[in-house]
Amino acid sequence: MRLHTGIRVAAAVAATALLATACSSGSGDSGDDTADGSGGKVELTFWTWAPGMEEAVAVWNEANPDIQVTVNKQDGGDPAVTKLLTAIQAGSGAPDLFQTEYQKIPTLVSEDALADIADVLPDGTAERFAEGTWQSVTLGGDAVYGVPQDSGPMQFYYREDVFQQYGLSVPTTWEQYAQVAEQLHTADPSKYLGTFSANDAGWFTGLTQQAGASWWGIDGDAWSVDIESAPVQKVAEYWGGLVEKGVIDNKPMYTPEWNAALNDGSQVGWLSAIWAPGVLQGNAPDTAGKWKMAPMPQWEEGDDATGNWGGSATSVTSQSTHKAEAAKFIAWLNASQEGVNLLVSEGGLYPADIPSQAEALSSPPEFFSNQADFYTLAAETAKGVQPFTYGPNVNVAYSAYNDEFGKAAEAKQASLFLDAVTAMQATTVDDLENQGFTVTK
Amino acid sequence: MTTTTTLHRATAAASVPALRPERKVRPSVFGTVVLLVGALYCLMPVAWVLVASSKSAGELFSTFTFLPSTHLLDNIGELSAYRGGLYWRWMANTALYAGVGAAVSVLVSSMAGYALAKYRFAGKTLVFNLILAGVLVPGVVLAVPQYLLLAEVGLTNTYWSVLLPSLISPYGIYLCRIYAGASVPDELLEAARTDGASEWRTFSRIAVPLMGPGLVTVFLFQFVGIWNNFMLPYIMLGNDRLYPITVGLNGLLNQGASQPAMYTSVITGALLSIVPLALLFLTLQRYWKVDLAAGSVKA
Repeated sequence: MRLHTGIRVAAAVAATALLATACSSGSGDSGDDTADGSGGKVELTFWTWAPGMEEAVAVWNEANPDIQVTVNKQDGGDPAVTKLLTAIQAGSGAPDLFQTEYQKIPTLVSEDALADIADVLPDGTAERFAEGTWQSVTLGGDAVYGVPQDSGPMQFYYREDVFQQYGLSVPTTWEQYAQVAEQLHTADPSKYLGTFSANDAGWFTGLTQQAGASWWGIDGDAWSVDIESAPVQKVAEYWGGLVEKGVIDNKPMYTPEWNAALNDGSQVGWLSAIWAPGVLQGNAPDTAGKWKMAPMPQWEEGDDATGNWGGSATSVTSQSTHKAEAAKFIAWLNASQEGVNLLVSEGGLYPADIPSQAEALSSPPEFFSNQADFYTLAAETAKGVQPFTYGPNVNVAYSAYNDEFGKAAEAKQASLFLDAVTAMQATTVDDLENQGFTVTK
Repeated sequence: MTTTTTLHRATAAASVPALRPERKVRPSVFGTVVLLVGALYCLMPVAWVLVASSKSAGELFSTFTFLPSTHLLDNIGELSAYRGGLYWRWMANTALYAGVGAAVSVLVSSMAGYALAKYRFAGKTLVFNLILAGVLVPGVVLAVPQYLLLAEVGLTNTYWSVLLPSLISPYGIYLCRIYAGASVPDELLEAARTDGASEWRTFSRIAVPLMGPGLVTVFLFQFVGIWNNFMLPYIMLGNDRLYPITVGLNGLLNQGASQPAMYTSVITGALLSIVPLALLFLTLQRYWKVDLAAGSVKA
């Protein structure tokens, strides 16, 4: 039996038809209107995972019929960055607007994923932000790669009721923190003042930032890596000691086990950032009204230093064909009273925009209604955020952190915590050199 | 169709040597234990999902693992309320991807398998060997090249980007070729042609009914495969209104450090997402039985 010509023709026709429909619907579905005519309606897509963005965008869309924004909610953090970089390399498929975590900006800039919007931002935008925050979107140069949305100054969160029950005082120095951790764990071996999380590199970065570390540095055209530095070693040694003694837990955060421990009161404290109330509300709903926030314990009595954990800017991607409109939207969202009010009321974010803070943050978060001065105290601590520079391979350093500190925390040996720092330094430097960056040593 | 199948079976059975007289078989203790452990292994996670989805967020990780609670309806309500019922849109998307993808895939596979089994043409062995090689390549490996290809024609982030790669299933073609070869007798096709039936009529009226159980198998394989697929839609889609359930629920767990993961909603969503699959299996079960029985006689 030979294949009849009728079938062959039919197959060819079917294949062509499929291809034709595929192509024609493609140009219709891709969203970007090819006619960039002046005065026409512009549609922008916005990849973000911050809460409340859809509600905030709805307000903007109502008032700006010519610039319509669509929110595409993404998986938080690394997955979204990977997806964006894939789309950038493929040449199509990237959104117009993207939520950029501060530590990811150097990576995204070195991959040409972000557009410079210095020319299209309204005058005076820079003056609305703290110098350190603004520097993270300019990387110290003239270009502007986004507008800061929120920030995450770190504080110490603790269970006030448990502290009273065991007669503990709130630690103001790291020395006291270690003592309180020991007192608590001795009084009730099921309870811990905190945990050393080998899964959260951002958290550890914040702790070392408080101690005065800056993991990367820019030296002309060259990068330097200072992970193996005195402040980082100090922090690693301190936590290694606590873990080895067993007075601090060694389980990672954000696991079901940790959630349960927060909820049932076996985790009594959490070194976290300003967005902690939202996480506690979600993970430990039974503990409402029992938590209090205090400034971070200090290395030197009387200091007011802290680090930063989390926080993002909003950027325009290099594939966007509507940079001016996108910048106009970002300026409204992150640097206007109306936008910032929505960030706080709909998303529970701690806005980076300083002039709008007073009005937007007039009452404490719901979960901390027992602490009326929550945001006043937070603003005090935010002033103490230490300067810090992120490099172009944060992902490599962070995964080295997960690997090395994972082993150290598992083994519960203080000496391994220092080895982990050395290994992180080596991995990070090697990767930078392999990528072709000049690295000063 | 019934007569031919019976005939077929009768001849097949005749060639099997006469069975020895039946002995009383005692159930083996070892075998029973292994099977019980296997059953436990498969059913425990399902039981866990069932119990966990009835717990509130506070109870989820604090009460005894297999102690049921009373919050199932609250959890479903909360999941349905999430961003205006987005979950149900994910469910509809998944049904679209799996339903259309599996149906078209069955059409393509049956035609290709039939052609490979029943026609002689130049390059037939080469084509079949290429398809066999395709069976060995896991779909996950292809996701990134497929993304780059579809990005060339601007199709990423559309329904097409998930549907198109799901349409061709080397395994389905392979299965259809084997099945067509075994269940469609050449004599029957000759007879149909002698009676003046066109090739299309021969295929659609004679071959397809004979291949029925095999096609149901391919359909279910593809349907379940697409329903559970994560990597392809995860890479292809940026718009969360196009997500299938797998990618959507994953997003609820990865909300970034400053957001709590929505465990209760994810567990409830996972439970609801297996309901259509269970229903599908129950309705198509009788075809599977036919399939298994047919296979056992021929072996």
